[in-house]
Amino acid sequence: MKKSRDDYLTIFFISIIGIYILIALAFPMYAILSKSVENKDGVFIGFENYQSYFSNPALVYSIYNSLFISIITMVITISLAFVFAYALTKSCMVGKGIFRSIAMIPILVPSLLSGISLIYLFGKQGIFRDLMMGYDIYGPIGIIIAEVFYTFPHALLIIITALSIGDARLYEAAKVLRSKSIRTFFTVTLPSAKYGVISAAFVVFTLVITDFGIPKVIGGQFNVLAVDVYKQVIGQQNFEMGAVVSVVLIFPALLAFVVDRIVQRKQVAILTSRSVVHEPNKNKKFDLIMLIYCSVISVFILTIIGMCLYASLVTFWPYNLSLSLDNYQFDLMDGGGWDSYYNSIRLGCYTAFFGTIVVFTGAYFVEKSRSVKTGRSILHLLSMMPMAIPGMVLGLAYIFFFNHPDNPLNFLYGTMAILVICTITHFYTVSHLTALTSLKQIDNEFEHVSSSLKQPFYKTFFRVTVPISLPAIFEIGIYFFVNAMTTVSAVVFLYSSKTNLASVAVLNMDDAGDIAPAAAMGMMIFYTNAAVRIVYVLVTKKILVKFQKWRTKTV
Amino acid sequence: MEQYLSVKNINKYFGDFQALNNVSFNVKEGEFVCILGPSGCGKTTLLRVIAGLESQSEGLINQNNKDISLLPPDQRDFGIVFQSYALFPNLSVKNNISFGLKTRKQNKETIDKRVDELLELVGLSDHINKFSAQLSGGEQQRVALARALAPSPGLLLLDEPLSALDAKVRQHLRLEIKNLQRQLGVTTIMVTHDQEEALTMADRIILMNNGVIEQEGSPQDLYSKPETAFSANFIGTTNLFKAKRISENSLEINGSTLECKENIKDDLLTITIRPEDIKISKTGNEKNILKGTIKELEFLGSNIRGHIEVDFKSEKTNVICNFASEYILNNNIQNNSSVSISLQPHALKVVKA
Repeated sequence: MKKSRDDYLTIFFISIIGIYILIALAFPMYAILSKSVENKDGVFIGFENYQSYFSNPALVYSIYNSLFISIITMVITISLAFVFAYALTKSCMVGKGIFRSIAMIPILVPSLLSGISLIYLFGKQGIFRDLMMGYDIYGPIGIIIAEVFYTFPHALLIIITALSIGDARLYEAAKVLRSKSIRTFFTVTLPSAKYGVISAAFVVFTLVITDFGIPKVIGGQFNVLAVDVYKQVIGQQNFEMGAVVSVVLIFPALLAFVVDRIVQRKQVAILTSRSVVHEPNKNKKFDLIMLIYCSVISVFILTIIGMCLYASLVTFWPYNLSLSLDNYQFDLMDGGGWDSYYNSIRLGCYTAFFGTIVVFTGAYFVEKSRSVKTGRSILHLLSMMPMAIPGMVLGLAYIFFFNHPDNPLNFLYGTMAILVICTITHFYTVSHLTALTSLKQIDNEFEHVSSSLKQPFYKTFFRVTVPISLPAIFEIGIYFFVNAMTTVSAVVFLYSSKTNLASVAVLNMDDAGDIAPAAAMGMMIFYTNAAVRIVYVLVTKKILVKFQKWRTKTV
Repeated sequence: MEQYLSVKNINKYFGDFQALNNVSFNVKEGEFVCILGPSGCGKTTLLRVIAGLESQSEGLINQNNKDISLLPPDQRDFGIVFQSYALFPNLSVKNNISFGLKTRKQNKETIDKRVDELLELVGLSDHINKFSAQLSGGEQQRVALARALAPSPGLLLLDEPLSALDAKVRQHLRLEIKNLQRQLGVTTIMVTHDQEEALTMADRIILMNNGVIEQEGSPQDLYSKPETAFSANFIGTTNLFKAKRISENSLEINGSTLECKENIKDDLLTITIRPEDIKISKTGNEKNILKGTIKELEFLGSNIRGHIEVDFKSEKTNVICNFASEYILNNNIQNNSSVSISLQPHALKVVKA
């Protein structure tokens, strides 16, 4: 068939977004792979670096350590989150909304903040240090507790979705057939949530094995892969070995990613069947047990964040417990000062703005355009890849690619722009999936109707698709902002003295022993993200309703 | 009348599956053509090929003396109404209808006038500022029709436009669309799986099965002169028998010899007879009389459908007949009653298996 003007425009835009992802992801990844088989002078030396890596027992031991904490955290988080999600979806306890909000708190703070909090709670000068019974919080125990805190909401969200798709008709059938509730749980609830649980498990595994902040802060002598990358690069300036550890780190992340995608596909098959939402019945004893359980978890989360809040306000722990804002005098300390906070806000805004535009437009072409089938598939594949790349690896890859003297894009190095590009890429996949889900709900015939009416696709895009997708677009923007505020792993390699960031400042202040100011900066991130979330809720509730009258049935 | 649209030797493959197999037909200017067939027969694919939403693997399409085979949809001249209506939910009725008018360099007054005209045409003038969520299914359908007609396209394509509606609304809209089409004289192709819809609305029906055109013709022709067993069976209800030739106008079904009016040539045949062409023998002098037992009577209002086990010579076979309700009730015919029926010779038709 001949190409219309729409087709040419589509090819043009798909190419632009495709080229963007190539530059922001594929080329840097190639750079890091090739770096791992070169020596310091850039000469190809095959697998020599790998040989020296695997002959160094200290480094290889990190693989065991990383797998150990990832698997233990996965088991604990999934168990805790499953019961919590079960309480939220299948019980009639009071305060579900509050519990859910509390459970989401860890998303709003940098992961390493929970490590700092644990130091205040169980460290050598901690409030509850006696509870440790001689064990040291610095090490696997601390890492695992902090990782559970950090991964809990991620697992919870996935499992809640999985549990809420349970079909009410199946529950009714089970009831009519006089099935005992324990049997109903194993024959109805668990099978329909199975894929969600597996998917959540792999998400947790990936988050932990790629996390760098927590083991850095509270790991002590316990080495893990992500920290090794940092130590090799920042500590020893051994970029080649950093590249090797990165490649090693990609493998488990990639495996988890592949399994998750396979499982997600099966989950979708369940979702698309026409199910009726299941409303739980009152059961006093069960509801009470669930209420107590959720309260315990919530107290744990609030204690961690509350401890940070308190520590940030205490003048000089543990000798002067009077409250002051001394720790918020960031300009008096190393680590970047208040400028780093403002830089983070700028990064958040830029990432949210440009990221949302790129991701939503890209997803639109993947889902809605008629032509350029191969181009669309390639674009989709490229959009899915960032999820499999750990942040540390992406950051290091950017050094290799953008800092190369022959690269015409070299001028980006050390600027805010490279931080924005890196952060958009790092969080691309989840946003892409959010946009796709929203676009899939829009009738595919819209594009056909407009071409039959001789209207260009961009008119339909701006007048129909974008207005309908506003809730998802806001959701993506917020996701980018919150993550840009909290992320450490990728940007820790890329910030310059002019573009220091709040999350990196937390890390560096902690490193320098300024733990209280680190907690204070972490809390600044929390306040900001919480405020943005609250404003977002108000905006969607009030303003969207006003501008989206068409969603209501009444005139 | 002129041939407005001609479709020639269209083939369409999806991988190994052939969705359309050498499909050719013509549509005259102002004609209302229905493409009818069971689900999966290729009728929707055919419509989408005509619209340019799918590209044919082989074949030509000519519209208004212009080869459009390779043109993308936005360079073809048609309006389309989808089964889902695809109304833009965030735009008012007015903005939906004017969506296709905006870029044609028309001023605001002309556009407003055209929208009013169309709303009046479909009887929705009061709903101009509503959104689609606030309209009933039938009203949404009419807005979709008005939107498709707004730029005065040369060809109107309707993809199962009525199947999402209640039975009553459907009957009403059937007439309305037909009248509208006649009034505007716009050449129309409608895809449907509902034979009643096709019979009542179309000037001509194109019956499809497995990617092939089985038969095309006026609704009356398709009903009374089915060419294939599939046509006979798909449109209306019918009885099908395997038969053997005895002479030019007599044949044998299950051992019983029957007279017919056809010029029989083949030795093995498929024979069809409509239920209403089977009569109860009153005098005993009718042709092709067979005895049978009533197995089931279905009350259909003015008619009663009888399922009769007929004693052919070599085996008993079930046959469906339609009787006037009055006759059955007055003569106290019930289940297990014995009846004599006549398979009228002129109604026994030879079809392709």
